[in-house]
Amino acid sequence: MSKLFSEKTKQFFMGPLGKNNPITVQVLGICSALAVTANLKPALVMGVSVTIIVAFANVIISLLRNTIPNRIRIIVQLVVVAALVTVVSEILKAFAYDVSVQLSVYIGLIITNCILMGRLEAFAMANKPWESFIDGLGNGFGYAWILVVVGFFRELLGAGSLLGFKIIPQSFYDMGYSNNGLMMMPPMALILVAVIIWIQRSKNKELQEK
Amino acid sequence: MNTNSNSYTMIYATIMVVVVALMLAIVSSSLKDTQNANVRLDKMKQILKSIHVETEGQDAEALFNTYIKEQLVINANAEVVENPANKAFNIEVKKELSLPLEKRNLPLYVAEVDGQKKFIITLYGAGLWGPIWGYIALDADKNTIFGTYFSHASETPGLGANIADKEFQESFIKPVQRKIFNDKNEFVSILVQKKSDRKASNDLHEIDAISGGTITSKGVEKMLKDCIGQYEKYLQQK
Repeated sequence: MSKLFSEKTKQFFMGPLGKNNPITVQVLGICSALAVTANLKPALVMGVSVTIIVAFANVIISLLRNTIPNRIRIIVQLVVVAALVTVVSEILKAFAYDVSVQLSVYIGLIITNCILMGRLEAFAMANKPWESFIDGLGNGFGYAWILVVVGFFRELLGAGSLLGFKIIPQSFYDMGYSNNGLMMMPPMALILVAVIIWIQRSKNKELQEK
Repeated sequence: MNTNSNSYTMIYATIMVVVVALMLAIVSSSLKDTQNANVRLDKMKQILKSIHVETEGQDAEALFNTYIKEQLVINANAEVVENPANKAFNIEVKKELSLPLEKRNLPLYVAEVDGQKKFIITLYGAGLWGPIWGYIALDADKNTIFGTYFSHASETPGLGANIADKEFQESFIKPVQRKIFNDKNEFVSILVQKKSDRKASNDLHEIDAISGGTITSKGVEKMLKDCIGQYEKYLQQK
């Protein structure tokens, strides 16, 4: 057990949550972060789906890493991710049709997520399956928490609700409060991500560029 | 082994493609029947939702048979088509829309809710990114909207995708049940307007558009006009 959770593996998990966050530090996966964060629920679903897929794709690529020909490694990675996503979506359609309807576009969006390709190329190609699995989980959660924070503020300020439930009472609206329509627009997601980056860098001096 | 040689790369790629293709083909064909059954049940659920019958489980088929009394195929001249090529439930509205108006076979479901007749019309149109579709149920007067259901393939989550939300669908019947014909019995459909362009929240022929989802909202407007328009003559017969 001690070997499974050594200091180094812990770092693989904790790093992406903070100082090596895929969105705020590596600035990957921005497109999907803009697309699905207008409400909290899709942000949560997307976060969980990406975490699962990136963890398992990492394991598969890590197992294959010594056999993959160098020149077509990106194609191999893409095929693994696409096959995994397609199989999951087919299974959902057969056994959890309602869920698959709800997820609709997100499933397809996972294939195009740069974090997946980034982790496969940068980590799984050079590390053992267990470490790759932990790294996948870490990066997935690192991606998910940013999405959830952005989704939280966009839905709260843009629609006055969270997960579809009204949070801001009707009396506020009667007194003249109104939802901020800009929050529903994609640019606001960029601004919110930028605010998170700002807070993170002002706390971590080592992240600041000279 | 030299994993960089040309022959190794070629063989690796070939095997990979064959294995993955085989795997996907097996998964797809072995799940096809279950998926088709799901699609059928889902269509029934969608139709039922337009008359406010909510169902989650596998009882959709039984409920569908209870509520839907008749499934007609009509044409644009308001005549019922005898012995149509496809039963109403199997008609693909998308294909019919590509034919000239007089050749189209139009599905019409006649439901009975609390002893009242309801007419359910199938809708199909284009949103921003992909197709949108839905069902609209009219009261026995063939004018007042009783309920709606909309869904979409790939509209933007949180924006255009909100047409699938209850709030948008209920705006057709709250605060007032909207009507598709005006006082002179002319077909006016329902306009999906920006809040600032609207006359009053209880206007009979307008609803609020979705902020940030303008193109999807206009897609819904066009879909309503085009699809209900096909039934104009039938609906005008009172």
